[in-house]
Amino acid sequence: MAFEGLAQRLQGTLQKIKGKGKISEADVKEMMREVRFALIEADVNLKVVKEFVKTVSERAVGQDVMKSLTPGQQVVKIVKDELTNLMGGEQNPIQFARKSPTVIMMVGLQGAGKTTTTGKLATVLRKRHNKKPLLVAADVYRPAAIQQLQTLGKQLTLPVFSLGTDVSPVEIARQALEEAAREHHDVVIIDTAGRLHVDEKLMQELKDIQALSKPDEVFLVVDAMTGQDAVNVAKSFDEAIGITGVVLTKLDGDTRGGAALSIRSVTQKPIKFVGMGEKMDALEPFHPERMASRILGM
Amino acid sequence: ARFREVDEDFFEELEELLLQADVGVETVMELVDQLRWEVKRKNIKNTDGIQSVISEKLVEIYKAGEELDTNLNIQDDLTVILMVGVNGVGKTTTIGKLAARLKDEGKTVMLAAGDTFRAGAIDQLVVWGERVGVEVIRQSEGSDPAAVMYDAIRAAKNRKVDVLICDTAGRLQNKVNLMNELEKVHRVIGKEVEGAPHEVLLALDATTGQNALIQAQTFKEATNVTGIVLTKLDGTAKGGIVLAIRNKLNIPVKFVGLGEGMDDLQPFDPEKYVYGLFAEGLEMEAEE
Ligand SMILES: Nc1nc2c(ncn2[C@@H]2O[C@H](COP(=O)(O)OP(=O)(O)OP(=O)(O)O)[C@@H](O)[C@H]2O)c(=O)[nH]1
Ligand SMILES: Nc1nc2c(ncn2[C@@H]2O[C@H](COP(=O)(O)OP(=O)(O)OP(=O)(O)O)[C@@H](O)[C@H]2O)c(=O)[nH]1
Ligand SMILES: [K+]
Ligand SMILES: [Mg+2]
Ligand SMILES: [Mg+2]
Repeated sequence: MAFEGLAQRLQGTLQKIKGKGKISEADVKEMMREVRFALIEADVNLKVVKEFVKTVSERAVGQDVMKSLTPGQQVVKIVKDELTNLMGGEQNPIQFARKSPTVIMMVGLQGAGKTTTTGKLATVLRKRHNKKPLLVAADVYRPAAIQQLQTLGKQLTLPVFSLGTDVSPVEIARQALEEAAREHHDVVIIDTAGRLHVDEKLMQELKDIQALSKPDEVFLVVDAMTGQDAVNVAKSFDEAIGITGVVLTKLDGDTRGGAALSIRSVTQKPIKFVGMGEKMDALEPFHPERMASRILGM
Repeated sequence: ARFREVDEDFFEELEELLLQADVGVETVMELVDQLRWEVKRKNIKNTDGIQSVISEKLVEIYKAGEELDTNLNIQDDLTVILMVGVNGVGKTTTIGKLAARLKDEGKTVMLAAGDTFRAGAIDQLVVWGERVGVEVIRQSEGSDPAAVMYDAIRAAKNRKVDVLICDTAGRLQNKVNLMNELEKVHRVIGKEVEGAPHEVLLALDATTGQNALIQAQTFKEATNVTGIVLTKLDGTAKGGIVLAIRNKLNIPVKFVGLGEGMDDLQPFDPEKYVYGLFAEGLEMEAEE
């Protein structure tokens, strides 16, 4: 399971200090050294790690902790608080439009899982929210991207709107919204092409789609295995188009998943869903506080 | 300039740059320790020319005394190349690029659509086949990938093609069933052609962090990986974990992917690569 490696490392470290009846600054320093390594090994961004270590250390050597009868437990609690902070507090549901249709835009780097997640999200919306989604094939670049979405649509018996690869994605989005109005779809999910956050031309295209379709949700789809670069990616997409949430994919792997912590802390945008497999039913809501507890084993 | 002297601050900064390039804690510590020795040994005091000292040393460590060769193990008769890796890293795209490259060299190439699982995967490879102008052997979605390989090898032998490149479905390395399936595909290929697959290329996404090391280890156990293709290096991620992979598992990088087009595949150049890991960062610091 994802996060497991991080959980083991952190629990091992915290175990050493937990039972202590007396703690010195040196103890805290030694512990935080190990925490730092554990977080970096888990792909938490270095800058985020530094900030985390600083905050926890300051709180941990404070008077109330040092003088407490159970300082070890206090320190462990501080780590948990701050970790939960990093993850973001409550579970964060989908925002629906007051006036139908709700428009959801899927964006992200190449291969992150946008198209697959589009299908999964439609499944959730139909099953849990009783919606009638329209899937929009707005990736005109990747070979057979449209066929991929159409195949998923067929599997799910859901309509896929496509105009082939010769029409611009903005125009596709425009006509898709007309189609949605005609056919009374209350949710429209736009699958966009993968792109690098530094590709100005393609980032402009996203801005154009956004300006036209006025999405209620812009989901940045991020591979849970992403390393240090995750924050650059998330920041750039957020600055360009203002993401509303994150979907973390491939969490069925054994990654330590630090990207999740970094992205949240840098963008302050909630992780709304996690992808747990390739099949269409493998999408789950993300519960930050549960995840923090699991990582710390409490 | 912030770093005029090669002091402890300098090394700390270097450490951070390498960590930010996803090289990983353990390998960074080892590398920077070796660099400390090198600097001492050469009695280097200021930062003039330090970049080339660092990159030379990193390349030396990467090469580990071997003469590295990014050429593919091409046979006189049929060569089979198997492409493996986790989901979405760039396997299918790399196959398209590699086919174009081999065709340019005058070889006849055939592709096997061994990803029968992911929606649209076969169509995607077929589009690449059309682009490059090479034949694609395919069966219907959902069929047994080992059977596709068997078919493709027979076709490749009949048509006397030089190189057959086999696509496989992306799979996370912790999925035991899927890794067993891949082993079977590997085995079938070996039964049909002596010594095949002659290359097993693991596609690694440069944006991937420390998990790439476990990927390399597990795929190596299952399929005897011969080389890495480091994809998506045209972004801002550096894929530094390949240093740890070379160090710990002795798998070399053979190609890098630099975009989504047919020509965006280049042989791996260690000098250029290691320089890219830290040089820009240090220069920026020097301007501060
Ligand atoms: N194991 C696993 N695989 C996933 C998950 N989400 C997506 N994938 C796989 O990841 C690969 C890439 O998914 P896509 O949906 O094609 O990604 P994309 O972001 O649309 O890719 P581009 O359109 O090329 O940018 C496919 O093999 C998917 O099956 C997940 O949660 N778990
Ligand atoms: N920028 C960039 N994108 C790339 C590169 N290589 C592949 N891609 C893109 O990454 C996405 C995934 O590539 P695929 O070739 O489908 O990856 P895959 O490993 O075959 O994916 P699955 O079969 O789903 O596991 C596509 O959008 C590709 O165009 C690269 O070197 N640079
Ligand atoms: K990826
Ligand atoms: Mg897609
Ligand atoms: Mg593929």
